[in-house]
Amino acid sequence: MSEYIIEMRNITKVFPGIKANDNITLQLKKGEIHALLGENGAGKSTLMSVLFGLYQPDEGKIFKDGKEVKINNPNDANALKIGMVHQHFKLVEVFTVLENIILGAEDTNMGLLEKNRARKKVLMLSQKYGLNVNPNALVEDISVGMQQRVEILKMLYRNNDILIFDEPTAVLTPQEIDDLMEIMRGFAREGKSILFITHKLNEIMAVADRCTVLRKGKYMGTVDIKDVTKEDLSQMMVGRQVSFTVDKMDIQTGKTVLEVKNLTVPSKLHKNNAVKNVSFTVREGEIVCIAGIEGNGQTEFVQALTGLEKIKSGSIKLYGKELTKLSIRQRAKSGMAHIPEDRHKHGLVLDYTLEQNLVLQRYWTNEFKKAGFIRSKAIRKHAVRLIEQFDIRSGQGPITISRSMSGGNQQKAIVGREIDRSEPLVVAVQPTRGLDVGAIEFIHQELVKTRDSGKAVLLVSLELDEVMNLSDRILVMYEGKIVGEFDPKKTTVQELGLYMAGGKRTNEQTNEQTKASLAK
Amino acid sequence: MNHLEKLKRGLSTVLSALISVAIGLAFGFIILFLLSLSTYASAGEPFTLKQVFDTAYNEGFLRLMKGCFYMVRRGLKTEISQAAPLIMTGLSVAFAFKTGLFNIGAAGQYTLGAFGALYCAIVLKLPWYLCLLASVLFGAVWGAIPGFFKAYFKINEVITSIMFNWIGLYAVNTLIYGGGTGAMYCAKTTKTWVIGSGVYEGTTIPNISVFLSEKPQGLGLYLKDTSIAIFFAIIIAIILYIIINKTTFGYEIRACGHSQTAAKYAGISEKRNIILSMAIAGGLAGFGAGLYYLSGVAEWQPLVSTSLPGFGFDGISVALLASSNPIGVIFSALFIAHIDVGGGYMNASFFPREIADIVSGIIIYLCAFMLLFKTAISKGISRVFGAKKELEGGK
Ligand SMILES: Nc1ncnc2c1ncn2[C@@H]1O[C@H](COP(=O)(O)OP(=O)(O)OP(=O)(O)O)[C@@H](O)[C@H]1O
Ligand SMILES: [Mg+2]
Repeated sequence: MSEYIIEMRNITKVFPGIKANDNITLQLKKGEIHALLGENGAGKSTLMSVLFGLYQPDEGKIFKDGKEVKINNPNDANALKIGMVHQHFKLVEVFTVLENIILGAEDTNMGLLEKNRARKKVLMLSQKYGLNVNPNALVEDISVGMQQRVEILKMLYRNNDILIFDEPTAVLTPQEIDDLMEIMRGFAREGKSILFITHKLNEIMAVADRCTVLRKGKYMGTVDIKDVTKEDLSQMMVGRQVSFTVDKMDIQTGKTVLEVKNLTVPSKLHKNNAVKNVSFTVREGEIVCIAGIEGNGQTEFVQALTGLEKIKSGSIKLYGKELTKLSIRQRAKSGMAHIPEDRHKHGLVLDYTLEQNLVLQRYWTNEFKKAGFIRSKAIRKHAVRLIEQFDIRSGQGPITISRSMSGGNQQKAIVGREIDRSEPLVVAVQPTRGLDVGAIEFIHQELVKTRDSGKAVLLVSLELDEVMNLSDRILVMYEGKIVGEFDPKKTTVQELGLYMAGGKRTNEQTNEQTKASLAK
Repeated sequence: MNHLEKLKRGLSTVLSALISVAIGLAFGFIILFLLSLSTYASAGEPFTLKQVFDTAYNEGFLRLMKGCFYMVRRGLKTEISQAAPLIMTGLSVAFAFKTGLFNIGAAGQYTLGAFGALYCAIVLKLPWYLCLLASVLFGAVWGAIPGFFKAYFKINEVITSIMFNWIGLYAVNTLIYGGGTGAMYCAKTTKTWVIGSGVYEGTTIPNISVFLSEKPQGLGLYLKDTSIAIFFAIIIAIILYIIINKTTFGYEIRACGHSQTAAKYAGISEKRNIILSMAIAGGLAGFGAGLYYLSGVAEWQPLVSTSLPGFGFDGISVALLASSNPIGVIFSALFIAHIDVGGGYMNASFFPREIADIVSGIIIYLCAFMLLFKTAISKGISRVFGAKKELEGGK
């Protein structure tokens, strides 16, 4: 028996214009949590997709328990008990949670679906591991956090032993991350082996036993976590020191840019409102952050603000101009840039090239349009500039199909596009989701620059570090309401956490809460 | 590298279409062979396999392949006259595909277009270009209605289009027939009046002879009575190509086609786009009917037209075979018209002319596999050009 449960030897995978994996070796021990670290586009997802049978390597071999195996497709991987949670979830939107979990591994009785048995098993697993899901909800209606729990349950449902997590924590709240870490430790104790991709060094330090580092498709080495520090890891990954805090001067705030008054937004999931009577303002030269645990109305709030969803009542004013009746385009024209929460659903037309996506919010301006025609030269120039400025890496530059880009680089493209519009208000939802530490440092600097130039930034983030580092004011949202406003200099992560969890509420809210639970 | 990539994408699309065609023709030949065999066998006289093969080849397959060139004097005109409406219905379906819609209603829009054109020509006696305009408008309205239902009530356009196909067909038949006394209906021929001469002077599209010398030679001789409709169709295809690929409107509709959510985020009005693109698709199909009926090559027969016009459905094959590329549509329409005409020249005592439909049916079926061919081909091309070399070229 080999020391390693999985061994990938000298893997090379070439895509048009780029060697995504260049002679990479990865050895996974049984029962260990093995982290995979590397910049955006370093080739982590590619390597894992090779292991999961989605791509065939151009060179190299894979061994399981010392025996060479051929993994031609995910079914082969499944037969070898390899499961994967993808960076971008692969769920059927119009199916329920339960249907998604059992899809491809259906329990049948004389050709009929045994849904009840499946439901029991799913509920059992979800209880055992604390993976809270609603089996009957449609996937298109549930939050990203829950989608991810669905993906994890999918692996568990199939009794997989080798679990690949491709950036599972990018979409989770701090509390959920802690839970996930605990769950992963539990898996490891049970003898399951875990491959864990993350850009968050704290998480690696917290759970991983060993870490393999990639840089630009090349293997940089494997280290024992107990022998290294966070700084060592980031040095190994990007080749320089990365600062984890943002330098920010105090500046004078100016006129009110955004004024939200008594905004109420209906929910698609339940009869209650998702956003309840929310009011606040954002001024020039200010980064205001809406913090909160995922699913407390932030998503609905932003969609109502940007026009993607309808509101019930209330008003939204941008420099005094009422927006609630305006279309998405008119709102954008009024001076609102928007980094959306879901980069695949809203942020990009995945089958468009990178350069086409980089003008998604501007193709109709005179800069890129002349007498109804697209000015391709201008688009190319624009793309080349943004690619350079935001370090967007891809196989073929401007003409790369966006779908083939790495997740982090897709994100950089969106963030770059929206910041570059230099509108008076930037609505940034999880702008650094999925970015490597170097890129996060850069995007934070860019957001601060935006604010310093007298613009307003409305940041929605689940990441408390980011919230504390960047904001000038913090609003905590809980169950659709703003339950507190804080100055980051005068508050602590603990205090925020308490409010976010609904620990502190006014009496009125408590009453309502009690009534609601009594009604159930 | 940019060029290599483009070349690769283009080449693999064209090659995979050609593979589909080749396989379709091969199947066609097998069917011809079997038909030939069964006819010989049932004749009861002794025969050799060579005879069977020769009949299948010479009197079937070769004529199918030769298309109009088997009897070029009359054939060429028929083929070109059919290609024009086929290009238009093909463009109609292709354009809707680009916006993510399936316009199965091209047949109905075509029917309405025919009515519009004939009404303006026969009843109003308008000049042909106004009649053409009418065909576009009628088709556009018929396309816009399913678009409207889709945009505002989320009713699938396939269902409404199919219903509107039949509503359109029977409405048009009834209107034209008018209980036997319709103004457009000639009771003697049971067709609409023949346009183009007498009181209908100027209602037909001019013939190619306007471009030719007094005494044309060669091809010109065969083409001189063919209307210039085909040129309109080709020009429209080119314009459509430019609209889809070079204009911001094209950018918008393709964005909608790829991702409705992202298009919405970009502020593109989904409703407007759906209705507009269905209207345009309908207008294209209607125009096709105008081109056909105003060329004076056929009349509408309200009593026998109880099935939807074939040009409408063939538009789907044309679009699929061309991977929805408007320029490709020109060629695939010519091809479909070619084998259709060829089908008519096969020896009818052995082979029914529907063989041509079977061949195009098989080709459409294979179009579904085109993606598969495409990936394989582009892999092959990479191997030939060498992915490694490409790497050195890029950065
Ligand atoms: N299917 C594909 N076709 C072409 N190029 C691809 C494809 N998949 C990945 N690439 C390219 O390979 C490189 C590595 O991508 P990969 O997704 O493995 O990066 P990653 O390390 O997971 O990055 P991230 O942290 O941003 O997720 C990228 O430059 C990407 O553009
Ligand atoms: Mg990745």
